[in-house]
Amino acid sequence: MTILNKEAPERQDLEALLPWHAAGTLARHDTDRVTRALATDRDLQLQYDLVREELNETIHLNEMLGAPSSRCMEKLFAAIEAEGSKAPARRSFDFAGRISEFMAGFAPRKLAWAASAAVFAIVAQAAVLTTVAIKDPNVAVYEPASFRSIDDAQVVIRFVPQATVGDITKFLDAHHAVVVDGPKRGSLYSLRLPTASADKPEMTKLVQRMQAESKIVEFIATRE
Amino acid sequence: MQATSDEVLIGRIASGDRLAMQVLFARHHVRVYRFVLRLVREETKAEDLISEVFLDVWRQADRFEGRSAVSTWLLAIARFKALSALRRRPDEELDEEAAEAIEDPGDDPEQALAKKDKSAVIRKCLEGLSADHREIIDLVYYHEKSVEEVAEIVGIPENTVKTRMFYARKKLAELLKAAGIERGWP
Repeated sequence: MTILNKEAPERQDLEALLPWHAAGTLARHDTDRVTRALATDRDLQLQYDLVREELNETIHLNEMLGAPSSRCMEKLFAAIEAEGSKAPARRSFDFAGRISEFMAGFAPRKLAWAASAAVFAIVAQAAVLTTVAIKDPNVAVYEPASFRSIDDAQVVIRFVPQATVGDITKFLDAHHAVVVDGPKRGSLYSLRLPTASADKPEMTKLVQRMQAESKIVEFIATRE
Repeated sequence: MQATSDEVLIGRIASGDRLAMQVLFARHHVRVYRFVLRLVREETKAEDLISEVFLDVWRQADRFEGRSAVSTWLLAIARFKALSALRRRPDEELDEEAAEAIEDPGDDPEQALAKKDKSAVIRKCLEGLSADHREIIDLVYYHEKSVEEVAEIVGIPENTVKTRMFYARKKLAELLKAAGIERGWP
């Protein structure tokens, strides 16, 4: 194995790449080059040890800087609120945006009926499946670990894009709901509802009450 | 569950989704804050600047083309804001740096060495580097940016990135030597 002269351009290039090699941000080709050189070049190895020491202390130094106060988040969202709603931007291939635009073409009353029908269909389907499962003890029912507690009543929800953080917070507080998951594909969030809502008729009523808040809720469905 | 990618969040922000903005902010604000704080060296100013950085993201999300990582884009905006803020400072406040920090009798490196705390001296010397050198060292070591990404954030050619990093390390070695730590390089 050839050890390059310290003044050789290739050796200097390898030396210059050591910080990125230590940080793990080199391309595969360069990583291989540096790794091979380190295996044989003692001086380069010593340099690499120094680089790792610098890297370690730089991380330590930055981590000691702490975090900003909540003031900057409050300031940011106050500024965003002050700017008001912005028109949805058309991106190159914004499928979700186009669906939203399509849905916006319907009258609010028609949309509300469609959404209510969708909620009803989902609840009815869940009720049928549950009944079948209860009647036939041989039917194995898939029960995700996260939903095993009978106290856990969950819904899947999508908020309207224009809903403010304040609106959503008020909405969650009013229904004693907590976001437990999301956002997932389609901007969907999972909410955990209060214990009493695990009761099915109560749950249906609660979902309907939440659905009625059309300024906040774009879509809502129960999870079984 | 796989977390929503930054790129998807930016798409939602472009459509006015405030919740997506909150998620992106939660994900990146601490690192952006630390990057800015290392440049402006003033906590209140750094906090104000990161609010401005994310407000720019809110306003310009529809212009993000996805050619670079969102974190790279954020750091580029943050750098621009920090440098603009530094330019607005009166001349006498502009920090120049190294030796002052090292020779400060309150935090004498010899004292630190006496305590056999080499790490503390290295960190002190890292703080004593010039703004350009601090910046490149932070971007490479802490923010884990590649040569190409640093070039994009700082707005210099890739070869200059490597050269600047080399000189930043060389300057650090000089400061360490002055503080009594001989590393055998360069």
